[in-house]
Parts: sequence; C-alpha cells; structure tokens
Amino acid sequence: MTTIGVLALQGAVREHIRSVEACGVEAIEIKRKEQLEDIDGLILPGGESTTMRRLIDSYDFFDAIQAFGEKGKPIFGTCAGLILMASEIEGQEQAHLGLMNMKVARNAFGRQVASFEAKIPVKDIADNFNAVFIRAPYITEVGSEVEVLATYQDRIVAAQQDHYLCSAFHPELTDDNRLIAYFVKMVEESIQTLAS
Amino acid sequence: MTNTGTERVKRGMAEMQKGGVIMDVVNAEQAKVAEEAGAVAVMALERVPSDIRAAGGVARMADPTITEEVMNAVSIPVMAKARIGHIAEARVLEAMGVDYIDESEVLTPADDIYHLNKSDFTVPFVCGCRNLGEAVRRIGEGASMLRTKGEPGTGNIVEAVRHMRQVQSEIRKLTGMSRDEVMTFAKEIGAPFELLLEIREEGRLPVVNFAAGGVATPADAALMMELGADGVFVGSGIFKSNNPAKFAKAIVEATTHFQDYKLIAELSKDLGTAMKGIEMSTLEAHDRMQDRSE
Repeated sequence: MTTIGVLALQGAVREHIRSVEACGVEAIEIKRKEQLEDIDGLILPGGESTTMRRLIDSYDFFDAIQAFGEKGKPIFGTCAGLILMASEIEGQEQAHLGLMNMKVARNAFGRQVASFEAKIPVKDIADNFNAVFIRAPYITEVGSEVEVLATYQDRIVAAQQDHYLCSAFHPELTDDNRLIAYFVKMVEESIQTLAS
Repeated sequence: MTNTGTERVKRGMAEMQKGGVIMDVVNAEQAKVAEEAGAVAVMALERVPSDIRAAGGVARMADPTITEEVMNAVSIPVMAKARIGHIAEARVLEAMGVDYIDESEVLTPADDIYHLNKSDFTVPFVCGCRNLGEAVRRIGEGASMLRTKGEPGTGNIVEAVRHMRQVQSEIRKLTGMSRDEVMTFAKEIGAPFELLLEIREEGRLPVVNFAAGGVATPADAALMMELGADGVFVGSGIFKSNNPAKFAKAIVEATTHFQDYKLIAELSKDLGTAMKGIEMSTLEAHDRMQDRSE
C-alpha cells in the first residue's frame, strides 16, 4: 500500500494526516529519519520554518531528506515546507533544503492580521481552490525547470519541479483534498517509475 | 474575493504552532534567544508572570515600545497580552500588528463580568481555561486558541495538570453522552449547546489547547504533552533560570520528543537551578490569578 509520511517535528501534522487518509492511502508521522525508509512520499507541513529547520538539524534529518528526494521520491511542502524546499530565501544568506530552484520571500503577505482566504485557480487541479494563506510566503523567482501552478495577485503561490511540489497556502486546512490528491497521484506514479 | 480574519485563518494560525513552545520575553535580546532555541512564537511582556506576582499592584498591557522592539527583532510570530475585557488595549495591539493576543488573567482584569467579543477582531485570540465550560465559553466569544490557566509565575505544574486533565475528562464524558443529555450538561457547565454538540461529534476541541501556567522544566513540558496538550507556553521558567539559551532549547526538544525519556534525561542534565517555585497552599485566595475570571 502507498504510504505517505508527514514530517512531525512541529506544525499542522494532524491535518495533513487526515487529508492524506481521505485520499485513501496510508499516512504516518515521521519523527525519526530511519522512518523515511518506510514511505513513498513525504509532506513538509506548515508551521514555523525557523523552528522546523532547527529541529531538522537537531535530529539529523537534513541529509536524509535530501537523499530521499534524490532517490526520486516525491516531496510536497506547504507554507513553511515551501520555504524549506527553496534554493534561495530573500534577505537570508542561507537557504534550507534547496530542493527546488526558486527564490522565496517569507511572511511576504504581512503579519497575521493580513492572513486571508481566497478562491484561486490551480493549473490542471482546480478552477476555484479555497486557498488559506497564514503569514504566508510567496515565490519571487523560479528557474526554467519549475512549473508555476498557481498565482495570487501575480505572486507565485504554488509550483512543481519534477517530483517536488509546493504551495504557499494550506490545502490541509480545508476539506478540499484536490491538491493533496494530486500529490498522492505523483507518489503513486513514482512508485511505478522507481520499480521499473 | 479575499477574506481576512476568518475563523479558518485565525484558528489555522494556532494549528501551525502545534508541537511547539511559546516563550515569554521582555526585550529583543530574549526574543532572539527564544527564536534561536526554536520557539514557535514569543509573548512580548513588560514583566514575566513571576515578577508581576512579586511586584503586585495593577498589571496592564506592556509598553508598546517593548512589543515593537520584539516584533522587529524576530521573524517568528509575536503575541502580546491584553487585560480581560479591555477592548481598547486589544484594539491597540491589533493596530500594532501583533500576531496573536492573549486575553490574560495574568494581567489585572479590566472587566470583571465580560470577556472581549473576540469574533469582532481580525487578530486571533488565545484565552485561558480551567475546565470545559470555560473553554467553550471562550470559543463561543471567538477565541481561536486555548491554553490551560495553570497558576502563572509559580513554577508549579500542579494547576496546569489539573486544568488539562479536567478539560480532557469532560470531553470524554461528553463524547459518551446521548444528545438529550447534552443540554443538561450545557446548563451545568454553562457552555453553548451547539459547540458542545460539535465537540461531542469530533471528540476534541475545535481549536488547539496549549499548556500554560507553571511549566518550569523540560520534564514539565513533556508531562503536559503526554496529557494531551497541543504545545506549551513557558513564562517565567526560561529567563529566570541560570542558562536561558540552554534551558530554552531543552524545553523545545522535550516538547517535540515528549515520549523519548532517555533524551529528556540528557536534556535535563546540568541545566542549573530551575526557578524556585511556589507551593499552592501558601498562595492566598487573592494571589490566585486563575480565579480572576471564569
């Protein structure tokens, strides 16, 4: 059975587990790097990116997550997860995992009072996805290999680069599972590809 | 259509804090120590609860200079406290762009009858609770996050444990009830009926519930997580200890890995003296902050 892990160091873990299960596949919390062996795809959930990065380092997850991605296994980052995946962060010298060739701005829509919901189209996935932005980042630049999946007021808020997917908003906070289902499909396809 | 301040956006913000530690700080330097240690947010204050307790008198919203200094120092969310029922203090904090307001019994209440109507605000609120009735009344007023009241500034975990167990036990009782029993339960605990039905259905509160009020060691934080807390507030514990940076990091790690007891043993070594703490029976009735509101 297809199993998707949710990095469970901090943040909206339970919501992602519920969304993945609603798509009919198994979801497990990942607290130790050894558990990455047991999963076919990984979700980096929303939370505080600074906090998550500290915990990724404390528990030696950094190289393990990069190696997981290099094997061709899909990774989906939401909000803080998107920041972790970027190769460049505005105003910071160091990026985190650097999985996707893109530059991001943190808290780019403003502080919590500016957090919002909006219906936006997501390419090939939905015409009116209820996107929940919470102190959200956005993507300011992408490399040619990155496909833009969604924008909001001309800012890039969802993108894909091969088996890497990211969104600045939180699909796990709504009952609309279409984006998660899209990731589940990416994972199922990668299982086939990696097996052949 | 863009909507700010929706219930989902306000509650969602608290969801992102889960499994994390929120630390009380009184200046930029402490805020940076907290961020560096892995705190998910900081609470900007003029004085930590144990100092408020020691100082006596009326405790009010912090000087905005301090709050702004903290907001400028870190990229993690900044919370700040307003007095219970103090509409103006809350509006000032909202106007300053604070990320979350704690309508807090740690400050001297401005209104001894009514809490803020938190649904009116764009900024989300966290409130304290000792039991399910209090928790659900606060949610009914629009709180997007809860925390146990515990007994702030005592370094004694016993009240936070009591409050967390009380809420959990009442939720378990509620989930076993038939629908016709819920109305009488609502009357008994003074909680809105519709919200109780929702909690009965889901088997849990519709907002996150953190532990607060008396967390003094990494093991205290782990205990509260074990009892079902979604995360931990640490007030006086960190910056009243001998080595705040080390202490803060230990609390963060103990919260993440609350069932890894070998790790907690390692984290707890050589932390220096934890805050001295206060035994509950030595507190006079008027010193009990948790009883300032219901």
